[in-house]
Amino acid sequence: MSTLAPSRGSASGSTRGTGSLKTKISKPGERVVLIVLRLAAALTVVITIGIIVALLLPSIQFFAEVPIFEFLFGTRWAPRFADASFGVIPLVTATAWTTGIALLVAIPLGLGAAIFLSEYAHPNLRKTLKPILELLAGIPTVVFGLFALQFVQAVVFKQWLNLDTGAFSVLAAGVVMGVMIVPTIASISEDAMSAVPQSMRQGSAALGANRMQTTVKVVFPAALSGILAAIVLGISRGVGETMIVAMAAGGQAQIVTNPLDQGQTMTGFIANAALGDSRVGSIEYNTLFAVGLLLFVITLIINYISIRVVRKFREAY
Amino acid sequence: MAFSNMSLGGQIQKASLKGRVRGSESSAKSITFLILLWLGLLIAFSVLLVLIVTTLLDGYTRLDARIFTNYPSANPEKAGLRPAILGSLWVIGTVAVLTIPLGVAAALHLEEFANKHNRFNRFIELNVQNLAAVPSIVYGLLALGTLTLIGVKEKNIVLGGAVALSMLVLPVIVISTREALRAVPMEIRQGSLALGATPLQTAFRQTLPSAVPGIATGSILALSRALGEAAPLLVLGALVFVRFDPNGLLSGYTTMPIQIFNWTSRPQPEFHVLAAAASIVLLAILIAMNAVAIIIRNRYQRRW
Repeated sequence: MSTLAPSRGSASGSTRGTGSLKTKISKPGERVVLIVLRLAAALTVVITIGIIVALLLPSIQFFAEVPIFEFLFGTRWAPRFADASFGVIPLVTATAWTTGIALLVAIPLGLGAAIFLSEYAHPNLRKTLKPILELLAGIPTVVFGLFALQFVQAVVFKQWLNLDTGAFSVLAAGVVMGVMIVPTIASISEDAMSAVPQSMRQGSAALGANRMQTTVKVVFPAALSGILAAIVLGISRGVGETMIVAMAAGGQAQIVTNPLDQGQTMTGFIANAALGDSRVGSIEYNTLFAVGLLLFVITLIINYISIRVVRKFREAY
Repeated sequence: MAFSNMSLGGQIQKASLKGRVRGSESSAKSITFLILLWLGLLIAFSVLLVLIVTTLLDGYTRLDARIFTNYPSANPEKAGLRPAILGSLWVIGTVAVLTIPLGVAAALHLEEFANKHNRFNRFIELNVQNLAAVPSIVYGLLALGTLTLIGVKEKNIVLGGAVALSMLVLPVIVISTREALRAVPMEIRQGSLALGATPLQTAFRQTLPSAVPGIATGSILALSRALGEAAPLLVLGALVFVRFDPNGLLSGYTTMPIQIFNWTSRPQPEFHVLAAAASIVLLAILIAMNAVAIIIRNRYQRRW
């Protein structure tokens, strides 16, 4: 692509060409269209600024009432109680639990599926399974939430496994979230591994390595940046996932020590609190945005790490 | 490195001892590895299969005409999905009208006209990537905050929900459209320019039409994501008892995912059956949309 960039650059740089080209480029109306296209692109920046402003304004009001230190490090979350307390740690631990459990499920399953599809499966099998995987990635999260609550928690955990748990658990939400993330991780890491040139596999085989050795020691490291990107995307989906945790993890904000307990995540809090009608400008209303701001900052950090990691491990062929 | 060389040497020795090159494929280690990979695929697919089967089994008894014609009701026997289906259609239609032109325009600018060395354009690119990773519920807060700021009292309107979902899927459409445009070979653009077309004519008459299958696939996938999304609408207060057909951009509404969430959170088991039945309807629509997208990609996408 990089070799093509200059030609595109000169195509757009209107002042450079010959005289005749110049007049054509500044054909009446075309300038306007180009400006409209540019505005559409700039709109995406407006959205980001909008997010920051929309989150910051109520958050500033919130932090005028609640010290930021108390918010970030407080261990009791009870915004609607008479003796209200705004320590966000319980929400953060619940998010960490559900995301952690989800990754424990999604990484082995997703990578296993991806390696199999990319390195072992017959091309025809791969051609059938890959679209199915993509189809499954489109299952809406409310359906996963219903499944987590009505089947995984109520039937599998309580009836079949006889676990000591209530109507909700962090574990059920986490496991189902992991299953939800599997197609994403599998699909992206499969793309990354398929992109590793065939010559590298052949070279490895020529040195006497078997398929497993080729996969683990040649293909996997070569595709590492794509695989890490897939995992990081999985993390940020887990942190931001709302419906599964709102439906299956429960609504009680507490520091989760046992995955069979219920717990309220950051997203679960926002979803639940938004159900109650909070007056604009009230502390309940501002709390939503303060938690939203924290969530936004966390995903920004994850995304930033992802971009750095991908750059660091990228191997260009 | 030394270790891998040693083990490779070991493998070669073993292979030659056995007298066949692929001998090491059947070592205990590599067979275990293959079995683990198989298990990964098998477990992933079977859990997703169980999800679909349990939803079907739970819901099919209630999947009758009432689901499509009736309004929500406190009586599970009479309750239906009609306003939610119409609400989803209104919202998704609005999202499509808002985002597809905007997303394609933004992608055209970034891919075809923007000077890649310009800082602002690079910032826009990075920003689009970032936006795609922002949790959906944050877009709900953005819409809530904006509607409050411009003084809208009734936030549960079709337009509000559609704007929230549009912002959510816009980056997805921009990214997939850019990929589709990038796949169009440079020679087509050069040929067009050589024949005297302006860059804009080239983009609209050659590049864009060639990229339509890719753009269609990306847009359908993005819209199906918006259709299944509930979190931002929940924040905007779409969880309401709607007993009328939504009839405009400013009309109150609820959507299918929200209705499923509502029915799931009720204590009576009859409502859970209803939720499963509604899930079947939603799944059927989404799978159909995704299948169309995948078919378009596999059948109409040109390989150069």
